[in-house]
Amino acid sequence: MSMPFYVSPEQVMADKAEFARKGIARGKSIVALEFRGGILLMAENSTSLSKVGEIYDRLAFAGVGKFSEFDQLRKVGVRFADTKGYAYSREDVRGRGMANAFSQVMGEVFTREIKPLEVEIIVAEVGDDRYEDHRSNSLYRIKYDGFISDHKGFCVIGGKVEEVETVLKNDYRPDMPAGDAARLGRRALNAGAERSSELGASSLEVCLLDRSRPGRKFCRLSTEEVQGMLDS
Amino acid sequence: MPFRGSYQGSSFFELLQIEKRHLLPDLAAWGRSAVEAVPHGTTVLAMRFGNGVLVAGDRLATAGHSVASRDVVKVFETDPYSVMAISGAAGPCIEMARILSIELEHYEKIEGERLELEGKANKLSQMIRANLPAAMQGLAVVPLFAGFDTRRKLGRLWKFDITGGRYEETEFDATGSGGLYARESLKHGWSRSLTREQAIKAAVAALTAAADEDRATGGVDLERGIFPIIKMCTASGHTDATEAEIAACYREILAARAAGGNL
Repeated sequence: MSMPFYVSPEQVMADKAEFARKGIARGKSIVALEFRGGILLMAENSTSLSKVGEIYDRLAFAGVGKFSEFDQLRKVGVRFADTKGYAYSREDVRGRGMANAFSQVMGEVFTREIKPLEVEIIVAEVGDDRYEDHRSNSLYRIKYDGFISDHKGFCVIGGKVEEVETVLKNDYRPDMPAGDAARLGRRALNAGAERSSELGASSLEVCLLDRSRPGRKFCRLSTEEVQGMLDS
Repeated sequence: MPFRGSYQGSSFFELLQIEKRHLLPDLAAWGRSAVEAVPHGTTVLAMRFGNGVLVAGDRLATAGHSVASRDVVKVFETDPYSVMAISGAAGPCIEMARILSIELEHYEKIEGERLELEGKANKLSQMIRANLPAAMQGLAVVPLFAGFDTRRKLGRLWKFDITGGRYEETEFDATGSGGLYARESLKHGWSRSLTREQAIKAAVAALTAAADEDRATGGVDLERGIFPIIKMCTASGHTDATEAEIAACYREILAARAAGGNL
């Protein structure tokens, strides 16, 4: 019987992390921005395969990396949220619990499976004006190994996080109107995009968690609506 | 929350059946003894009008010969373009309406688009079929399902039997203990080209007729201010008949009755 070579746990983890990072670095970026009316999620994406999706009444999901993997994560999240909301109440499905659940799943795959998930995700929760302690928005970023961080104002995932973040750090202001937020988001994504021409409405996927909507806050904007927002 | 659960489809009801069995009570195990003890909902009706549908239900629930609740809700918006009305054992009925509305939202989130109206009706029929063992014990769920078909641009409605049999109606239908009387009334009050106001009037008349003949149906309760729920569903989504509209229709009926009319 042949013995496998000994590889230290540190080396295994470092190799996995390196592998996942490389996979993610090839992808485009996504920004989530808090603005006056809620949260805006914007991805550079001209295909019909969405990177941003609805999880629950006030929760949205965005993923970069391998489509099949983050889409599977999104579906797992929807199943988890709907089951929890059914067993308890709709108000009991909260962003932090959701982000923790995602972090557990991703961490579990990272340690147990040979191949880690080549994805990074955002969980966004828009605040609820009815409850004193739910008013503020939450943004969580979860990495391929389950590492979770929370962010104020904006959050970026994808291949060119630093370039995109630099623009946002300089120009982000709290309580911006929707048009300003959309233009800032596009400018930030431009900084991370390889081409020199500006991103048009048709190559942007934009979704909102709109505070003012009754019930489900998530809405996906059509190309015309995105254009309208950028021009406003 | 596992990354690859044992269920990978887009149905919430199947997800519960396969992965969360404990959240779906086994009603059949209760046996016949439960039937008298649980509240039953009574009369609900649905009709086509103009380019939409109207669904209405009284508010009474009975347990045996007693009133269980005077203001129970039997008409539910299951998504922006569909309505479900229930008659039968109130507990399982209300739960089924709740699961159906989660089901439709769940499908939309997983798949990225809404089910067709016919797909929604079909899903409901599968859920009723799953309840068959309990239905055989007397805990039947016999709903009406109606909505606006966004592809065909018209209102459609279905009735069901306890085996999940699904029958599309082109005019109107009513079920529950007072359903027979409501149908009789609608036979006179309904016509192909009703306006919204006329449809509301026909619905109030039908529920009043049912409440008159069937002791388990509530009708309009002016003293307590309890009104039937009347929902319309058209291309622009849902609207409710206001209490004032319903009260006005009902007062007309009362006035005609007081004047010696045969209403």
